[in-house]
Amino acid sequence: MSRQRSSRRLQAIPLTVCLLVAGGATAAETLVVRGGVVHTLAGPPIADGVVVIESGKIRAVGPAATTPVPPGAQQLQAAVVTPGLVDAHSVVGLSGYLNQPQDQDQLDPVEAIQPELRALDAYNPQERLIEWLRGFGVTTIHTGHAPGALVSGQTMVVKLSGNTVEEAVLRPTAMVAVTLGDAARAQGPDAEKKSPGTRSKAVAMLRSELVKAQEYLRKRSLADESKRPDTDLRLEALAKVLAREWPLLVTADRAHDIASALRLADEFQIRIVLDSAAESYLLVDRIKAAGVPVIVHPTMRRAGGGGETENISFETAATLDKAGIPIALQSGYESYVPKTRVVLFEAGLAAAHGLSFADALAAITIDAARIVGVADRVGSLEVGKDGDAALFDGDPFEYTTHCTGVVIDGRVMNTDPR
Amino acid sequence: MKRTRIPALAALSCLVLVGPAGAAETATAFIGGRVIPIGRPELPAGTVVVRGGTIAAVGPVEATPVPADAERIDVTGMVLMPGLVDTHSHVGGGQGGDGSGPVQPDVRILDSINVRDAGFRKCLAGGLTTLNIMPGSGHLASGQTVYVKLRRAGTIDDLLYRDAAGRPLGGLKMANGTNSQKDPPFPGTRGKSAALVRQKFVKALAYRDKLAKAAGDPEKIPDRDLELEALVDVLEKRKIVHHHCHRADDIITVLRLREEFGFDAVLHHVSEAWKVAHEIAKSGVGCSVIVLDSPGGKIEAADFSLVTGAMLEQAGVPTALHTDDPVTDSRLFLRTAALAVRAGMSREKALESLTLAGARMLGLQDRVGSLEVGKDADVVVLSGDPLSVQTKVLRTYVEGRLVFDRDDPQDRLFAVGGFGASRDQKAESCCNGPTKVGMMR
Repeated sequence: MSRQRSSRRLQAIPLTVCLLVAGGATAAETLVVRGGVVHTLAGPPIADGVVVIESGKIRAVGPAATTPVPPGAQQLQAAVVTPGLVDAHSVVGLSGYLNQPQDQDQLDPVEAIQPELRALDAYNPQERLIEWLRGFGVTTIHTGHAPGALVSGQTMVVKLSGNTVEEAVLRPTAMVAVTLGDAARAQGPDAEKKSPGTRSKAVAMLRSELVKAQEYLRKRSLADESKRPDTDLRLEALAKVLAREWPLLVTADRAHDIASALRLADEFQIRIVLDSAAESYLLVDRIKAAGVPVIVHPTMRRAGGGGETENISFETAATLDKAGIPIALQSGYESYVPKTRVVLFEAGLAAAHGLSFADALAAITIDAARIVGVADRVGSLEVGKDGDAALFDGDPFEYTTHCTGVVIDGRVMNTDPR
Repeated sequence: MKRTRIPALAALSCLVLVGPAGAAETATAFIGGRVIPIGRPELPAGTVVVRGGTIAAVGPVEATPVPADAERIDVTGMVLMPGLVDTHSHVGGGQGGDGSGPVQPDVRILDSINVRDAGFRKCLAGGLTTLNIMPGSGHLASGQTVYVKLRRAGTIDDLLYRDAAGRPLGGLKMANGTNSQKDPPFPGTRGKSAALVRQKFVKALAYRDKLAKAAGDPEKIPDRDLELEALVDVLEKRKIVHHHCHRADDIITVLRLREEFGFDAVLHHVSEAWKVAHEIAKSGVGCSVIVLDSPGGKIEAADFSLVTGAMLEQAGVPTALHTDDPVTDSRLFLRTAALAVRAGMSREKALESLTLAGARMLGLQDRVGSLEVGKDADVVVLSGDPLSVQTKVLRTYVEGRLVFDRDDPQDRLFAVGGFGASRDQKAESCCNGPTKVGMMR
């Protein structure tokens, strides 16, 4: 019968979301989350541990036997408690579940280079896939403009809560999304007459634009105000990249495209984060030497036939991790069915292919939070951090385990087993 | 052209030299593993004996004698189950109908399959041994499907399941809903879709009647028509309709057409079957369910739910699962069942839905789908429980022959991925040894 209930719930999602938001705990309320094992990601797992959340923030974490719990506080209990999961790269909220023109805002294919596009202006907090991801313990996502154009726009980090993007957002701009390789080629009508049409052209265009931003920065600080150029949003965005404030999130799967990304980073002394990186296992030493983190493709991303991910491997996350390269995992971008993956499942399969349980869990919590720049707020269960937690009735990575509770900022978002 | 022709000839000679009879007389005994026979209780420590490509014995270790001549394989700590049956796959790059029209039942996918496609090797790495390879869903009828057994093969002909008369076995792929709606001559609405299908079946009925009335009289017999012939096979229940459908109303439309014309059908994907599980149950029609990581991606799958398997089980609908490879990865077919269990399906039914239930939908239940004496020796050796994320397929046997071995570096490449894992397979290892023979190697 519970199954029927949950299927009906599927149809009533917008209502459910509203009710939860309206009926959630008030800020001053206290929530106690108790776990047979609490994986804090800030130290060894705690057997029979508790997490005390007050006014949305973690106030205490420790063994139940020695951690004082405010009397009368609401309690949630589960076999396993983890930090709320952090999906290091998604397009959920911009790319809607219907996959129809009216809900696809992750990519404007008209121009090749548009770093001025903000994710904030396109994020739909009512999107149904948000509730779907949250049901599996995901509480924070790095989302925004998708791969598929040379520079498709900005990304941001949001909590999977809130009625408006302002309520949800943790970082309004996290990175600027760049794609190298086949997917960067111009698309749409008359594509063959548009640039970039080749890999070399794509890199040349990107270099030109960065050089233009360098010139813009130089002239903006000219002593003679009349000689300063007008504000240009596109160049302003690239200026942040040049200032190392925003990294480029470079989606590249072929080894030679990954090498191009590293070459660009070196030339302009900018920060980059490699994304997807199917063939990164061929360049382990170079990536490590460059000190570049990798948000590894979804473990289950498809190999396709002869496409850029044809050499993809279940073991890439483990290979990079063993080499000491900072990694995170992601749900990625899907253009068809399923419309999104679930980072919990991707981590589970990586954990079955060489990544340790601890490292796989870190890749969807604290390590992901570090790479996307929100580790001061989320990613581990530590005093002072946001009260985000995921509850499971067993090993979180096992297929048949359920996520039995999700907490964001001390609010119980969901307790249906998923 | 050159590349594909020459290996094909080489493979044929392999088959002549080594042929299926080569391994026929050797017996192999798998001893000590947990045996999941399907349809009967699991054996905590069992023995499975295979001989001549078929299963000769299945039972508890202590009660199952091992023939003196058998190769003994100790599988203690491992799990044995039947080769998995995928009722809906697109592996092999096969194509069905083209853009000329929405109803093309004369087109056979078997005329377009590349058996060197790495996808077949990945199937074996996932424990799949029988597939229903389907043309796509962009037509109301996109062509005839083909049931294949993943033997080592030089051409598609080596993979075919055949009927007693030697004809390849397969069904007819049909679809409704949005995928087959496009510019004319394709339908633009659901009503038009159904009308086009009905019109064609009406023609097929008339054709069948003419054939029957002619009673072999060459003066009266109608000209052969390959399209109508295929539909007559459907009307006569020699071919089952494998029908793509997602939305609840599309599911009900298939049931309505089936009622009108009296064909056998399996409903495929059925994203919204959970809404009409009892109606489906009443019809007696089986469902082959896809399990996805999220709803959406297209309008029809907007209400996809993981509970479908459980709801169909509760309602008593015969239920199989499928990969729809490349939509889901054949190497992760076991995962599909595990997620169905996560959402409430029983373990027993979920495992059956990977094997025997699918075999029944293809009419192959007497040959595959369970570990039973007399059935084909299609056996998968697993490192652990089939529903655990940690479990690996260690070995896959087809008709008693080892066709996937995770300890073999090349096989491991297909299992895990990596450089070259998606390339077509060449014939270089052909005929080099008794166990490494043929194009699939």
